[in-house]
Amino acid sequence: MLMVFMLTILSIVTFLLFNAVPTDPARLTCGKTCSPATIEANRIRLGLDQPLISQYLEWIKGIFAGRTYGSGTATFNCDAPCLGYSFRNGEQVTDMILTSLPVTIYLAIGAFVLWMVGGISTGIYAARKKGKWQDRAIMGATLVGYSLPVFFIGILMLIFVVVRWNILPYPSYVGPNVDTLQFLQTMILPWISLAILYAAYYTRLTRSQMLDTMSEDYIRTARAKGLPEKTVLRKHALRAGLTPIVTSAGLDLAGLLGGAVITEYIFGLPGLGRLAIGAVTEYDLPTITATTLVAATFIIVANIVVDLLYAAIDPRVRLQ
Amino acid sequence: MSETDEVLLSVRNLYVEFSTDDGLVSAVNDLSYDLKRGKTLAIVGESGSGKSVSSMALMGLVAGMNAKVSGEVYFDGQQLVGADPESVRKLRGDRMAMIFQDPLSSLHPFFRIGDQLVEAVQVHHDIDKKQAQVRVKAMLERVGIPDVDQRMNEYPHQLSGGMRQRVMIGMSLINNPELLIADEPTTALDVTVQAQILELLKDLQKEFGTAIILITHDLGVVADMADEVVVMYGGSAVEHAPVREIFYEPAMPYTWGLIASIPQISAKHAHLDPIPGNPPSLINLPSGCVFAPRCTFKHLVSDGLCENERPQLLPVSPEHTSRCHLTQNQRTDIRRERLIGRQK
Repeated sequence: MLMVFMLTILSIVTFLLFNAVPTDPARLTCGKTCSPATIEANRIRLGLDQPLISQYLEWIKGIFAGRTYGSGTATFNCDAPCLGYSFRNGEQVTDMILTSLPVTIYLAIGAFVLWMVGGISTGIYAARKKGKWQDRAIMGATLVGYSLPVFFIGILMLIFVVVRWNILPYPSYVGPNVDTLQFLQTMILPWISLAILYAAYYTRLTRSQMLDTMSEDYIRTARAKGLPEKTVLRKHALRAGLTPIVTSAGLDLAGLLGGAVITEYIFGLPGLGRLAIGAVTEYDLPTITATTLVAATFIIVANIVVDLLYAAIDPRVRLQ
Repeated sequence: MSETDEVLLSVRNLYVEFSTDDGLVSAVNDLSYDLKRGKTLAIVGESGSGKSVSSMALMGLVAGMNAKVSGEVYFDGQQLVGADPESVRKLRGDRMAMIFQDPLSSLHPFFRIGDQLVEAVQVHHDIDKKQAQVRVKAMLERVGIPDVDQRMNEYPHQLSGGMRQRVMIGMSLINNPELLIADEPTTALDVTVQAQILELLKDLQKEFGTAIILITHDLGVVADMADEVVVMYGGSAVEHAPVREIFYEPAMPYTWGLIASIPQISAKHAHLDPIPGNPPSLINLPSGCVFAPRCTFKHLVSDGLCENERPQLLPVSPEHTSRCHLTQNQRTDIRRERLIGRQK
């Protein structure tokens, strides 16, 4: 229910964004040599002559039921979910998103798995070695990792791994079904550069969570039961410290699914982030609106999922 | 019964020190006592007197807290101080167990009651979950949990405070330990529930022959439960006696203060006598008697002895020791004058 409400608000805001741009959307539908007559024709075809509220309703209708642009002989159909028509690319926005979304999903999920496994296990290890040199070394390394921007790590890796050492070919994206090896060769560097940044943060988060829960009374109970320290840490302490980690993880993943702009740019991955940036530089309004909507939807859905996970982790959150 | 006279736990010259940024904290200073099988020893004192830390230390639970434990702790003949942590871990929860003040924070909030007890069984016994559950169920019934089948599937927050402490007791006794350390087991509970929990502990002690170290600041609980009492102050034992002697012939000013602080309905003077001042800082303890700064009788001792020389733990009567520079006659006079203890 809340989700529907949030998405409605979200759609209104993104739609208003479309009209808030200080240019005429119809003017943007054709190039510099556009005659006023073409602009007016396009305005009517796209329904931009209608009042704002009907434009919005038509847009929403397009998402759920599809819509038909224009009238008479010059009509064309846009099937649901129709997110608009990009004159710049002469393509339906939905198709553009469907092409770039998988790239972003591969990138985000791959990096996510790497940083979660790496970050959490390193964090637990650091917590166990608290104050010892291992802990200090890890904390120092994460500070560096966390401070380095992804474009720095990304470009550095490109220069050394690809250009200097020729370990990997120059990244050129293909789908995993087309050429799995080339897919992996292309994705491995973006995965690592994204993962380094996030793993550094998750290491610190896990470590501080573990240290917090380690001073809880129920950890003392677990030790008093005679549980081995490994069980105390991995079962009792980690489970209790998991909630903030899950929150961050859900939102970070959702944020990346909306487009990892810089990483996609550096490694030439045709994902959502690059689509969005391209749309912004080209004033491709329907695409800007659509990518914003998709990214924001991910965040809202992630919030819901995180809430559900809370209940799965912490019985006190469950409804009685 | 010779077995009941057998010493189960023998603590000799136990020291626990923590190194902190502010300096070395001497949490426990030269503590010694014996505990016989099936008996109850109460350790009484205010917060920071070292009563909890000393017990945690003998369970091996202060490791990793920058603690330095020295002295000797013999549990059934086995020296625990400096022993391999793994061998001490195997004793914990099996032959020696512990329950804590706040049962809500001491039970893991994310695990079912039944699972937490099953885990306690399975750490020490190589049996499958089904068998463990049977034992857990029997134990929970024994400690007075109603609807055990349902309760086992519930989480700690779904139980009342008294029920939670019953669960804690059940969990600690599930492997039939010879020693139970009860760290303020009733402090966080309602008065009516307190009495039930104490009754339960006494019953179970009789049934299983468990020796109990009862850590408390509640002298009412002490009178009800204990066979012997150690009064701790500033990390040291200041008095050690059978329970009757503590109440009838307390031998040093701190114990007098504790007893005078008990509210009494029939009291001849209507106000309570709190002990003035605050507990000492355990960093750089004074060279004299630790209690001297708060002692209202130190002027009776000549030459500033109280400030300069640490009194030894000396016998007052065969089973009764105390740490005080006052003479026997002075103590008897003060007790008579102040109406402390039994009036002869």
